[in-house]
Amino acid sequence: MTDALHEAWRGVRGRPGRAVMSGIGIALGMATLVLVTGIPASGQADLDRRLTALGTDILVAQPSAASEDAPALPEHAAAMVRRIGPVEAASAVASLDARVRRTPLADPNDTAGIVALAATGDLLRTIRGRLASGAFLSSPGLPTVVLGAQSARWLGITRLDPARPAQITVGDTRLTVVGILAPMPLTPELEQSVLVDWDAALALGFDGHPSVVYLRTAESQVESVRDVLPATLSPELPGLVGVSRPSDALAAKRASQGTFSALFLGLAGVALAVGGIGIANTMIVGILERRREIGLRRALGARRKDIRRQFLTEAMLLSALGGIAGVIGGVVGTFGFATTRGWPLVVPLPALAGGLAGSVLVGALAGLYPAVRAARLPPTEALAT
Amino acid sequence: MSVLELAGAGKEYAGGVVALRDVDLTIGAGEDLAIVGPSGSGKSTLLHLMGTLDRPTTGKVHIAGEDATALGDDALSRLRSRWLGFVFQQSYLADRLTAVENVAVGLLYAATPRRHRRRRAEDALDRVGLGHRRDHLPHQLSGGERQRVGIARALVNQPALVLADEPTGALDQDTGRQVLALFRDLHAQGTTIALITHDPIVADTFSRRVEIRDGRITP
Repeated sequence: MTDALHEAWRGVRGRPGRAVMSGIGIALGMATLVLVTGIPASGQADLDRRLTALGTDILVAQPSAASEDAPALPEHAAAMVRRIGPVEAASAVASLDARVRRTPLADPNDTAGIVALAATGDLLRTIRGRLASGAFLSSPGLPTVVLGAQSARWLGITRLDPARPAQITVGDTRLTVVGILAPMPLTPELEQSVLVDWDAALALGFDGHPSVVYLRTAESQVESVRDVLPATLSPELPGLVGVSRPSDALAAKRASQGTFSALFLGLAGVALAVGGIGIANTMIVGILERRREIGLRRALGARRKDIRRQFLTEAMLLSALGGIAGVIGGVVGTFGFATTRGWPLVVPLPALAGGLAGSVLVGALAGLYPAVRAARLPPTEALAT
Repeated sequence: MSVLELAGAGKEYAGGVVALRDVDLTIGAGEDLAIVGPSGSGKSTLLHLMGTLDRPTTGKVHIAGEDATALGDDALSRLRSRWLGFVFQQSYLADRLTAVENVAVGLLYAATPRRHRRRRAEDALDRVGLGHRRDHLPHQLSGGERQRVGIARALVNQPALVLADEPTGALDQDTGRQVLALFRDLHAQGTTIALITHDPIVADTFSRRVEIRDGRITP
């Protein structure tokens, strides 16, 4: 075995230029394989990392019926939810039927789709939100408002100057902007809204019934909390309360982006096959040139199977070297791609191992015919000058 | 005991060309033998039959008492690796291997453990007087030195019979004489040698001569 590898290495080394040329095909195939599995895997790892950072333990409960007479959630919905054991935090928001404008002078029909929500001070902590600037709602009753990241852009208020506080108009009331939220990928609906102090909103004339409850639970209890939420919030009609997990939606969105890889996987297979044909060609040409070497080895006592094994091992080694070069190239390429996107580098080991084994197999298939031909060469013919 | 015995050996190629007919030839241990004949006389065919590189169409070939004509490829190959050493007109050295590595190739198929090969190859190189050139590559050696490396490769497995096919054919006269002198030395040390040549002067340096003409031998 060692001898076979040793002789194969000598054979490959004896024609370095040709070895490189014939190994390129396999290298390309393996590089493609690593890229098409490595890039989606790196993207997935990035998603996982971001989800971990964002938290997969947040649930959102709201009436599921879209009709006008959807049952309102109870006034103390947040407090009721907090009483469920594993719930760590809960906070409610309510949509206000009020237009949001930059100034009272702005066209009431030009609201840019910004939604006004009533919120309480504990919302930020519940959804692990962060502020881009200013403070969150901390003084119940004062006419204050916090802007979502998106709506802040739409309203043109991107920085807060404590000396000259900005004001916006919600309905017909002017409210002072005390904070701007940082982007929150898990709750895009909050990004596009303005959060009015709950008590101040009551003064605007809303009935005090929340429309959405955000809650955070122990990670391991997410499913069980999810099951009891509808009955907790609406004991009479639990079927009308829908519960969603924002992180699931984000994961599903990213999963659909990985579907192109089957096509490229096929491409990698084609490249490997073409690489194999290249190796077969090299080996066949090699036999013509190495007749005397074959004859000499036969005279020295090499059996047909020794010659067969030598050529087969050489083809497999050639292919394996090409495969290794391809893996290196593919990993470097994946690393480059992942780095430009700020993703972590992940190369799936099964794909790597399978690909390398595959390239050795391709080498064996490619080397089979040349090896059999080399072994069949009669010693006298091989030695004839 | 005879090292090699041809009994009524003949070779007829496809198409009816008879290269060799009814050859009886016995080589005893310790002999040195020259087979001489003009080109086309069947010398090479005879060497191929003696070396079991080809099979006779008639008659038998015995190597060390074993009927080579009855053996399959595996057994025949083992027979070659154990009993025979070949020296060709060209040395057929691998370009990228040093002299000692080239000689060690002669042990590759003889079930010699790796760790012993190099030392035995060095010993064989010493025997042909090239111990000081062991780490040179073929292109750093002269034609005569390359041929001596080839001889060392044939000797390295201590064969019962060394078959040499025009070993001086590609060398100038001086170098050829040195190689022949080496064969004489080796014979003096006990190696059995059968050499094929077209040159009667070369043949004269051997104690036994066999002439071959038109596929028949005349002892």
